[in-house]
Amino acid sequence: MTSDSLTLGGAGAADARDGTFLETLHDWVVTVDHKRLGLLYIVYGIVFLAVGGLEATIMRVQLAAANLHVVSPQVFNRMMTMHGTTMVFLVGVPILFGFGNYLVPLMVGARDMAFPRLNALGFWLTAFGGFLLYFSFLGGDGLYGAGSAPDVGWFAYAPLTSTAFSKGHSTDYWTLAILLGGFGTIGTAINIITTVLCLRCPGMTLGKMPLAVWMFFTMSAMTLVVMTPLSAAQIMLCIDRYLGGHFFDTQAGGSAVIWQHFFWMFGHPEVYVLIIPGFAFASEIIPVFSRKAIFGYPAMVAATTGIGFLSMGVWAHHMFTVGMSSHANTFFALITMAVGIPTGIKIFNWLGTMWGGKIRFATPMMFCLGFLFQFLIAGLTGIMLAAVPFDWQLSDSYFVVAHFHYVLLGGLLMTIFAAMYYWFPKATGKMLSQTLGRWHFWLFVIGFHLTFDTMHIPGILGMPRRIYTYEADRGWDVFNLICTVGVAFQALAIVLFLWNVVRSLLWGKDAGNDPWDAWTLEWAVSSPPPHYNFALLPVVRSRRPLWDFKHPEDPDWLYE
Amino acid sequence: MNLVPNIFAPVSGHARALYTYSMLVLGITGAIFVVVASLLAYAVVRFRERPGDERVEPPQIYGSDQVEIAWTVIPVLIVIVLALVTTRTIHAVQDAPKPPGAIEVTAIGRQWWWELRYPDLGIVTANELHIPVSDPRNPTPTYLTLLSADVAHSFWVPRLAGKTDLIPNRVNHTWMDPEQPGLYLGQCSEYCGTQHAKMLLRVYVHTREDFAKWVATQKEAPVAEPKAAAGRHVFETTACLNCHAVQGTVGNGRFGPDLTHLMSRETLASGAALNTPENLRTWIRAPERLKPGSLMPAMQLEDRELDDLVAYLVTLR
Repeated sequence: MTSDSLTLGGAGAADARDGTFLETLHDWVVTVDHKRLGLLYIVYGIVFLAVGGLEATIMRVQLAAANLHVVSPQVFNRMMTMHGTTMVFLVGVPILFGFGNYLVPLMVGARDMAFPRLNALGFWLTAFGGFLLYFSFLGGDGLYGAGSAPDVGWFAYAPLTSTAFSKGHSTDYWTLAILLGGFGTIGTAINIITTVLCLRCPGMTLGKMPLAVWMFFTMSAMTLVVMTPLSAAQIMLCIDRYLGGHFFDTQAGGSAVIWQHFFWMFGHPEVYVLIIPGFAFASEIIPVFSRKAIFGYPAMVAATTGIGFLSMGVWAHHMFTVGMSSHANTFFALITMAVGIPTGIKIFNWLGTMWGGKIRFATPMMFCLGFLFQFLIAGLTGIMLAAVPFDWQLSDSYFVVAHFHYVLLGGLLMTIFAAMYYWFPKATGKMLSQTLGRWHFWLFVIGFHLTFDTMHIPGILGMPRRIYTYEADRGWDVFNLICTVGVAFQALAIVLFLWNVVRSLLWGKDAGNDPWDAWTLEWAVSSPPPHYNFALLPVVRSRRPLWDFKHPEDPDWLYE
Repeated sequence: MNLVPNIFAPVSGHARALYTYSMLVLGITGAIFVVVASLLAYAVVRFRERPGDERVEPPQIYGSDQVEIAWTVIPVLIVIVLALVTTRTIHAVQDAPKPPGAIEVTAIGRQWWWELRYPDLGIVTANELHIPVSDPRNPTPTYLTLLSADVAHSFWVPRLAGKTDLIPNRVNHTWMDPEQPGLYLGQCSEYCGTQHAKMLLRVYVHTREDFAKWVATQKEAPVAEPKAAAGRHVFETTACLNCHAVQGTVGNGRFGPDLTHLMSRETLASGAALNTPENLRTWIRAPERLKPGSLMPAMQLEDRELDDLVAYLVTLR
């Protein structure tokens, strides 16, 4: 019960074994350690981030000016489909589950996830899902000759995916890859939920969990619910394509709109599945670098679960143009606007945390501040899109593309970078360079704003999304050129980041156990943590066990 | 002429209703942005760590119920205001009653062009929609029935009307009441396959008199010109007529655009090229050059047949 129980680094911290390359590889492939699996997820996600970024670059080059012929329409449509699918299923979800895997057991004071083997299965299913999707470039055999990737868009609206309009196997690769990865995702979600519910260390009640754990818990619970309609839709599509089903076959009385309902029942909560871990990172990093406890912990928990529940009732705001009744349109607009309330509460609580603090501008905090500003804008353009009559103009235009890239890059990717800089020292024992971090931050922010601020304008000027080229008389040229220029800055920023990682692994300065003077349990163990995490299970009395340990004269548990 | 399809330059009652509402939403969200971004900027500047601060932690504050309630109630009120205005605007636009003078048009989305039918007037055309100005005192808006023959498409002419999708096995509706004559551009805005980008739509808004003239010319049967007889023979004896119709010939295909008044249209291939005899020739010989992936096949005609066919087609005014 004493705070001494928090010196948990473990004597034999260095469990890295020296072995041949093959032995090391074997260790990583057969590992069931949540930390290694977490890192595998993250590395896998970063590799596909580079691939998806390359696809985006090809599209941006093609769109730099009107009526260019850099790539054919067929290639462009494949790039568009693969970029979206990759970024959502092979980058966003794996990186976030990677962090969840790495952090949740450490933060709740557990020695591993509840089901280590399920954890490994989940990762490898996800991994093979990705490889299967990309094998389509060799084996897709679509409409345009041997070997092609899917070209039906990342939400693959029926009946474009039926055998009449999508010949060959490219759509099947897409369907099966998502189905396979989805099973892995469900396994990992079950694992996180069980770990949070059953493996918390003594003293850690639900109300004393770090906010990040609450958020990973919410995200996993949502994942369990929403992967179901997605998997069901994929199975129905398979039945349509191979067993003569007519779920989405409009020529035989099927419904194209039903696919949209199933897909967005997954697709919209999925956005929150992605952004809630972003909130998790911000909710850990902002307090530490403001040197204050999170403001309004119960309100943050309530807002998180509130977003989780509300997000299940907003899916049809992607469908305001499909001709639903005015009552249905109104309902989905209202629920969507209501999501703005808990989201606003979160932003205010982060501001409240900074208010009266002493803000340190370390790289993780820089990215979190960028996140706050950009996510504010993303949220407000979200309100515009929820406003049905405005959405009738903006839906499926470049304004929407700008909006969700604001959410996923300006919001999520910024917090992922923040998390990388924040937890890299814990995972590797080495600090990332602050100087390179500054370059990374500013180049990325400049590139991001060049591309995505500008991208709203062609949407307002009538440019639909997913077009491989456009006419010269529409007034879209100059904005598209600026968007493309911004990509170069972002690409350079990512290259600097990767170089920073390599450089720091080789020559970085040692981090020590607790380089940021932080308060959650993972900072009580050595960097990198030993295989078993905690030699002695910790006992906690407040939400910030390390604060209590460092300030025995004024511990948190006096006030909570 | 400024052809930019700017949603903030409405020229119809429908688009103007969306525009007015959008300005309100922009105003509210803009105000929220200014307030919150200012608070953020203030916090970053005011509460930055200063030299000498490192040793002492700031006072720890865990929250405040009053403050939480305040910043919950204010957004709730904003959402209520937005909700009321949204409900009213949705109803006004989506459930607008059809006045007796309305023009009926059926638009059918196809990979990758628009079939346009005027059931009351007996006109069939493609890709270029002609409609009259609607005078608010004696309204003649255009009411569209939206269908699809293959995959999902979306009808969007930003200066005249917001989007409505064309979905197979489903009937959707939209309407437009243009205020000024002119040419307004739009295009398909739901991804529909390879040539989604070149599924362009042109809406010509005429004065009432001009619209009546256009209707009259579209209703005239084409005059058979003797010098074009060879080309007409080519049309009637090759695969053209499997997909295309020309009134007064045996061609009555429905898969491609009706060609009865082909030369009354300014563009070919759903706006992919200008409708000139040279482009027409290229389009028949090698459609890939104008619109790669298009479902129009290369017709494999002899040069002589091609010349005759083009000579015939340019008589279809």
